[in-house]
Amino acid sequence: MEAELKEMLNDLDSLKQSLPDPSNLASSILKLQSRVEHLTKLAKSAPVRRTKVQDMSAEVVDSNPYSRLMALQRMGIVDNYERIRDFSVAIVGIGGVGSVAAEMLTRCGIGRLLLYDYDKVELANMNRLFFRPEQVGMTKTDAASQTLSDINPDVVLESFTLNITTVQGFETFMSSLRNKSFRPNKEGSGVDLVLSCVDNYEARMAVNQACNELNQTWMESGVSEDAVSGHIQLLIPGETACFACAPPLVVASGVDERTLKREGVCAASLPTTMGVVAGLLVQNTLKLLLQFGQVSPYLGYNSLKDFFPTMEMRPNPQCSNAACLERQKEYLLVKPAREAAIIAKMEAEVLSVPEGPLHTDNEWNISVVDDSAPERTDATSSDALPDGLTRELPAADEFQKFPAAEPATATFDDIEELRKQLDALNAD
Amino acid sequence: MEGWDPNTKSTLTQIPLLTTKAGPRDGAAWTTRLKEEYKALIAYTQMNKSNDNDWFRISAANPEGTRWTGKCWYVHNLLKYEFDLQFDIPVTYPSTAPELELPQLDGKTQKMYRGGKICLTVHFKPLWAKNCPRFGIAHALCLGLAPWLAAEVPVLVDSGMIKHKDDATSTSES
Ligand SMILES: [Zn+2]
Repeated sequence: MEAELKEMLNDLDSLKQSLPDPSNLASSILKLQSRVEHLTKLAKSAPVRRTKVQDMSAEVVDSNPYSRLMALQRMGIVDNYERIRDFSVAIVGIGGVGSVAAEMLTRCGIGRLLLYDYDKVELANMNRLFFRPEQVGMTKTDAASQTLSDINPDVVLESFTLNITTVQGFETFMSSLRNKSFRPNKEGSGVDLVLSCVDNYEARMAVNQACNELNQTWMESGVSEDAVSGHIQLLIPGETACFACAPPLVVASGVDERTLKREGVCAASLPTTMGVVAGLLVQNTLKLLLQFGQVSPYLGYNSLKDFFPTMEMRPNPQCSNAACLERQKEYLLVKPAREAAIIAKMEAEVLSVPEGPLHTDNEWNISVVDDSAPERTDATSSDALPDGLTRELPAADEFQKFPAAEPATATFDDIEELRKQLDALNAD
Repeated sequence: MEGWDPNTKSTLTQIPLLTTKAGPRDGAAWTTRLKEEYKALIAYTQMNKSNDNDWFRISAANPEGTRWTGKCWYVHNLLKYEFDLQFDIPVTYPSTAPELELPQLDGKTQKMYRGGKICLTVHFKPLWAKNCPRFGIAHALCLGLAPWLAAEVPVLVDSGMIKHKDDATSTSES
């Protein structure tokens, strides 16, 4: 393209030379010339795709995309940052939260990303981060792959344009999570973590179903429909409450429900709230995968009050999800060994801390209370919820059988007969 | 049942309740559930016809009964407005309700999610959750779609977003 533009400039120049005297024509030629010069500059700054990097280097040079990340290791925050290239993360829902989470993980050099969405990019999405107006009309998965592979070609990207709540979409979702071709000797499923970044209860329940069946650790994220609060939650099948163990929690925004005007709109959204939630989600993901800091079991975000409630939820032994109950049984068997290991690790850490209190004089009379332990509740006890959290839906009523409530008209019990009966009604 | 009009309430109580908690991945239990769905839909359709309030047609679009298609209509100012209706039975059904879609109205109203899924009132999901697994497709239509059409069709017509199919000036009838 640059060569073409240069030729064009030459042509314009000779055209100007051949004109008998300065005229109108000359000025338009001048204008054309400056346009071509501008285009030439643009062409020079056109994007250059970076090549793949074989190994993550800690060398601090301008050309190393990973130097600032590897510095985490030098500073002692992370033991082995390079392990990030072994991990696969599945992101379900590439909207305001999922797309930003995908970009963050891509920039962190995650090994492999699996992206799921059935939607297309719309102009109405432009109040959020990540997607660009020229991507309108593309599927979100295609548009995301395009941007992400430009940002970091080292990440293995797999995209799935499907709706996980449908029978077919769900089967494809499950088999893609089982696929272990990226790291054949990995235990369990083919992914290390599933991130749910969907915007509805139905899709969250589908992710919950898949992860319970596959014994797959996952994180849930959400932003309220009024766009001013959000949350992230870690779910380990059998060990923590699953998404069906209790009606979902919401962070109370403090706005009175009765004064909230819902007429004429479904949902509002802000790039800020979604960006914050994506940041909290990926931070928790990095801590879990690279084993540093404390992984939050539940972290809420109330943007109106800048309040961050935390809590922990044990599974419900009466959960309506059969796969959840199976995982709970399995967990009870491994629990004693797992807890012994945690205690041993804590003791080892205590021993390695230098002896003696840090401030013997305590000049300011500060009393240090251990508030690091989050409030722990049973999944079902709604009274014991920490401040600022409420239930979004009621629990199902006690299931009662209706004895002999079968209407007398239902004499047919054959599905074909029933179908024909409905068709007959539909015909007129 | 706070927040529901008396008409919806009384209709709802007459639709037979379901008893089997099974979704499309539950094999034989799903077939049992499907029979209950048919019985409830047959009863609801018969009831609408005898009350002179026939307002939808729905039938399974595949043998498994996981996809349903049909039509629904609403009469406003003596004119009948008819729309295609479709939905899938989600894998987590009946814990989660089917998401009812009116694809022809996609993008024409704010009270809709992408793909033409209708935006239900704040009252729908709590009531559905409370009554799992007793509510089925018929209940979703009665509680979800009927009030939606009653609220949105007049607005869509009055704002000119939709026109009656016999309206001579209309060339963009969907
Ligand atoms: Zn559970």
